[in-house]
Amino acid sequence: MNQIAPLNDYTAYPDRSGRFGDYGGRYVPETLMPLVHELEAAFRAAIADPAFRRELDGYLTHYVGRPSPLYFAERLTRKFGGAKVYLKREELNHTGAHKINNCMGQILLAMRMGKTRIIAETGAGQHGVATATVCARFGLPCVVYMGAVDVERQKPNVFRMNLLGAKVEAVTSGSSTLKDAMNEALRDWVTNVHDTYYLIGSAAGPHPYPEMVREFQAVMGRETREQILQVEGRLPDAVVACVGGGSNAIGMFHPFLNDEGVRLIGVEASGDGMDTERHAAAINGGRPGVLHGNRTYLIQDPVGQIAEAHSISAGLDYPGIGPEHAFLHDVGRAEYLTCTDREALAAFQLCAELEGIIPALETSHALARLPEICAELGPEGIIVVNLSGRGDKDVNTVAQALGRSI
Amino acid sequence: MSRARIDARFARLRAEGRAGFVTYVMAGDPDPETALAILEGLPAAGADLIEVGFPFSDPLAEGPPIQRAAQRALGRGMTLQKTLDLVAAFRRKDTETPVILMGYANPLETPGYVAFARAAAEAGVDGLIVVDIPPEEADPLADALDAEDLSLIRLATPTTDDRRLPVVVRRTSGFVYYVSVAGVTGVKEADAGAVAPNVARVRAASGLPVAVGFGVRTEERAAEVARIADAVVVGSALVDEVADALAANEDVTGRVLTKVAALAKSVRTARTPSRGA
Repeated sequence: MNQIAPLNDYTAYPDRSGRFGDYGGRYVPETLMPLVHELEAAFRAAIADPAFRRELDGYLTHYVGRPSPLYFAERLTRKFGGAKVYLKREELNHTGAHKINNCMGQILLAMRMGKTRIIAETGAGQHGVATATVCARFGLPCVVYMGAVDVERQKPNVFRMNLLGAKVEAVTSGSSTLKDAMNEALRDWVTNVHDTYYLIGSAAGPHPYPEMVREFQAVMGRETREQILQVEGRLPDAVVACVGGGSNAIGMFHPFLNDEGVRLIGVEASGDGMDTERHAAAINGGRPGVLHGNRTYLIQDPVGQIAEAHSISAGLDYPGIGPEHAFLHDVGRAEYLTCTDREALAAFQLCAELEGIIPALETSHALARLPEICAELGPEGIIVVNLSGRGDKDVNTVAQALGRSI
Repeated sequence: MSRARIDARFARLRAEGRAGFVTYVMAGDPDPETALAILEGLPAAGADLIEVGFPFSDPLAEGPPIQRAAQRALGRGMTLQKTLDLVAAFRRKDTETPVILMGYANPLETPGYVAFARAAAEAGVDGLIVVDIPPEEADPLADALDAEDLSLIRLATPTTDDRRLPVVVRRTSGFVYYVSVAGVTGVKEADAGAVAPNVARVRAASGLPVAVGFGVRTEERAAEVARIADAVVVGSALVDEVADALAANEDVTGRVLTKVAALAKSVRTARTPSRGA
């Protein structure tokens, strides 16, 4: 007998046309349409193939280092004086962030499709490093597009990508940041349609990317679910993650979507503050539109030109957000809060001092909202935060912001 | 007018036994006044149809020339509404030359498709090309354009195989734009020999005239394409004239229209027997 789907089956998305309600879709030039259709078919075949699953799981275990621990952050919990705080330790993965989960899945898919050249976009350089890493591991040439501004502020990651054999193309068009890097990667793809695989790092872009990135990142949420049940015997009251494009958040949220008792909380970067124009909060400070292959919330001017995002964290410095987050916001299944540069910096320092974990500046945005959420849930509550990346890459930025020289 | 204006123009071209010349200019480039002067000079210089780009901050299918043109236009405050104003000004003097707007989805999202279509029809626009709205996403836009009798002009490309072609030409009218190279505008060069069978294929599947663009910069290339297609589109080479004239501090309008006249001559004479005989 067929099981009756729950009234609100949030896992039923995207639909066949790649829609999460009003969001998502495939807004790409006609040249790319046959390619995204081909990619979707290859992705469906791969995830239905036990051999592909086994191969991916093998690399996740032995190369990436999964499962990542779920760690009880005793001193942060005591500091906030409310709910118990658990950290999902994605920063312990190879390359230091959750980005590698998706890169491993997609590189195996690319090879299955017979593609011989990999391109990617990167903001902070974390996705670029993860892509360069898997390309080195499997011997595929790799070109990473990176805004010239980001090349300048993330020099160690540029060098890291070079060490891994990737070519980093500094993008000088537009505002020379992540959105322009994504434009340039799409221009490369449209030009090199036969041999090239575009390895997108965010849960954004044309269908099937938002679904595919979610699928490869959902390993985090699935592990978390098992781990918390084992330790606490019940599901958490809230799952918290930072949101730029939203890949770490959607990977954590998705396995909990139909557990309506679990609050899902995304934290957007509000930069200098939501009362200024210098922020990167697409949901809190944008409106729906079309960019980079999908319909979603975008930061834009009154006539539909995309605005420059701003965040101290290069990984959140993007004017859009993955379409599934746009949907979860509209239907009220997830909440999207904000955090300023200043608050993120304080959380960055606090986590380092109390837990001996230097979090990425991106991740620090999620940590910064913990005092309120912990207080609201009270001592009986349980919160899981996705510690999506480590902060070694950010020490120069943080030192500069604190007025120290290193 | 609208669809009728496009159809009438292609009927006349057929009667004259020649290919049409389609010029692409960016609205507001290098500034609103000069853009209007260029637009008004195009028909006399030999343009049979005019594409007017409405600038977008993130034009992901454009090569550097049109990217820079969009930046120049945005820098001078150009918007979708001002683009419509520009077309309306052009229409006060020219009621026969079809005008097709070309650009990206997001600026259309702000007014919404229905309000946009109404305003575009009022301004005298005849058709629309939206680079990042493929057929799968086009129904709401096609509905809005249909209501105003505006053509939604589709792009077919080298990756459009026979299986996909029927999807691409569904709900299209006016003409089909064949993108002659896999790539962005103004970088690769079209190979007329490789393009010819695709033009025939698209024409057969759509029953519409086929205009070829994306890789046509020179008079020689324009003539080659004019022999096999119903119309030839030149864009990047014209916006480059704007950039070069600005850099050399020359008369922008004069320089663009001189280039248009030279290209138009190649297109118009390409099929006459004396040439190359």
